Amino acid sequence: MRCGDFRQSYAEDMALFDSPLPRVLLTGLLVFLLVLPQFATTYWLDVLNRIFIAIIGAMGLNVVTGFTGLISLGTAAFLAVGGYATAAMAGKAGLPFVVVIPLSGLITAAVGLVFGIPSLRLKGLYLAVATLAAHYMVEFTVTHWEHMTGGVNGISIPAAQFAGIELKDDRGIYYLVFPVMVGLLFFTKNLFRTKVGKAFVAIRDQDISAEVMGVDVFRYKLLAFAVSSFLIGVAGSLLAYQGRIISPENFPITLAIDYLGMIIIGGLGSVLGSIFGAIFITLLPEILRLATDALGNHWPGLMVIVAPIKTGVFGLVVILFLIFEPDGMAARWHHIKTYWKLYPFSY
Amino acid sequence: MEFFLQLVLNGIVVGSIYSLVGLGFVVIYKSTSVLNFAQGEFLVLGAYVCLTLTVQHQVPFFWSFLITLVFSALLGILTERLILRPMIGEPVISLIMVTLGLSSLLKAIIQGIWGTDLRPFPDIFPAEPVQIGPLPVSQGYLISLVSVTILLIIFTLFFKFTRSGVAMRATAFSQQVSLSMGISVKRIFALAWSIAAVVSAIGGVLLAGIRGGLDGAMSFFGLKVIPVVILGGLDSIAGAIVGGPIMGILENLAGGYLDPLVGGGAKEVAPFFILVLILSIKPYGLFGKVKIERV
Repeated sequence: MRCGDFRQSYAEDMALFDSPLPRVLLTGLLVFLLVLPQFATTYWLDVLNRIFIAIIGAMGLNVVTGFTGLISLGTAAFLAVGGYATAAMAGKAGLPFVVVIPLSGLITAAVGLVFGIPSLRLKGLYLAVATLAAHYMVEFTVTHWEHMTGGVNGISIPAAQFAGIELKDDRGIYYLVFPVMVGLLFFTKNLFRTKVGKAFVAIRDQDISAEVMGVDVFRYKLLAFAVSSFLIGVAGSLLAYQGRIISPENFPITLAIDYLGMIIIGGLGSVLGSIFGAIFITLLPEILRLATDALGNHWPGLMVIVAPIKTGVFGLVVILFLIFEPDGMAARWHHIKTYWKLYPFSY
Repeated sequence: MEFFLQLVLNGIVVGSIYSLVGLGFVVIYKSTSVLNFAQGEFLVLGAYVCLTLTVQHQVPFFWSFLITLVFSALLGILTERLILRPMIGEPVISLIMVTLGLSSLLKAIIQGIWGTDLRPFPDIFPAEPVQIGPLPVSQGYLISLVSVTILLIIFTLFFKFTRSGVAMRATAFSQQVSLSMGISVKRIFALAWSIAAVVSAIGGVLLAGIRGGLDGAMSFFGLKVIPVVILGGLDSIAGAIVGGPIMGILENLAGGYLDPLVGGGAKEVAPFFILVLILSIKPYGLFGKVKIERV
């Protein structure tokens, strides 16, 4: 029986899996998710696709907010940049998705830097303010730059093509989104085992100490913001391929707040937390909708207030998590795991 | 020329309300170092309470306005007690995110009670315009401008001369020192939140009175105050007072002269362009303490 952690080398300390069991379970989960589309209904495939995209976006936000300690309110704006970049490259230039998706991420990172450079020189909350400005400036641009973005009417995106097959139904999109998500999860998880990732965490914990240790704070803050914008841009690109039509109203400021909610509820500074949070926030409206559908027969008035209920539950959950479990669901998960690991001798 | 003057005047009036709401923002930031993203909801909630009392319960406007102020003060104290107090000692990030959660919660409450439709606001201002020089100016503008000016003077005197005001400034300077001098920091925090809620509610009522209508979208005003306080300096009350009219004038000029060129929306986005400019040139604002550390 295993009892607690006993690590004898740095390699053990750095290992992604501390025992063979998680590796087996994770492989099992991946295989399960790979064959799932053969059985799942279109509705659930659509929900899963949205969860996967949300995971990528939440992970991106977590890189800058959870790991580096800088609040960003620009998630919706950067999703929009990624989405519209995809619309331009896939639609107008007709490029294949293998090129479009990473390029969308890079373009978003570049746009992010425009707002990151003035605000990241300053300590404190200035990134939150600058990204808030970014949100409204991007919104203004996509609404008014009509021949590129289609203005308020939106713009449509051609289906992604893979080996001559059009990925336009939910199953096709699933096989586009899922590998990208797994790859990026792997990338982010590993990022925090490298020098760069550890520098991010050092800046979050104590920026002066980090600087003394030789971390170039401004450079690494910019890098964190760029990586974050890249991931969010990729998520935006996938959103465009999934929705096939995007318009400015797909990217309201509440979306940015939803993403912040995901990482708070899931767990700041945790890749696993981004996954939990994305699942929770994406499922919340679905569950509320199912509940109101079921109860709507008895209380017809319920249907009218379903939108405020969603917002209210969201706000309440965020507040309660911040007060009672600031480390989010990932910390809960960890507690439960350690409890059972040492059962019945846990304390 | 007349068009220009009209824009400037509109800017000053809206800007004075910016100053008032910005004052609440700065008071919270100064004493608790929290950026309050729920300011806009405080504003809308106050206006709705006043509207409901006046229209549905037929309370005379003066009394419903007073009740609104009491309600807002309680709301501020309650917010501090239930939500911010348990968060003391948490990193600033969590403190800010909790205000985002609060904003969603209040938004939901507002939407649940009053819906999303635009409601006509009672005519609290006489409709007859007054002639000032070449311009016809609505009395609502003048009354709003005058009352905001009086309020700002009162608050300035409050911070300068009263015991509580000085205690608030001391707390903003250093919480530990003020604690050791016998100031109850908890009470100061509660006071800061109730001041913020009260000034927002006044701003909300004035704004709804000027617009003649009220809906949830007015909470956007709370976000537009952020460029104002950054321009004036996040920790400067004088900055909020001066920054408001400047931003109001700039955004109205942008709206008046740029909207025909870009096809609308310039007024809403102009403050945010200015915000990014300020951050790159003079990030501590006009009157903020120059203690920003660069990295």
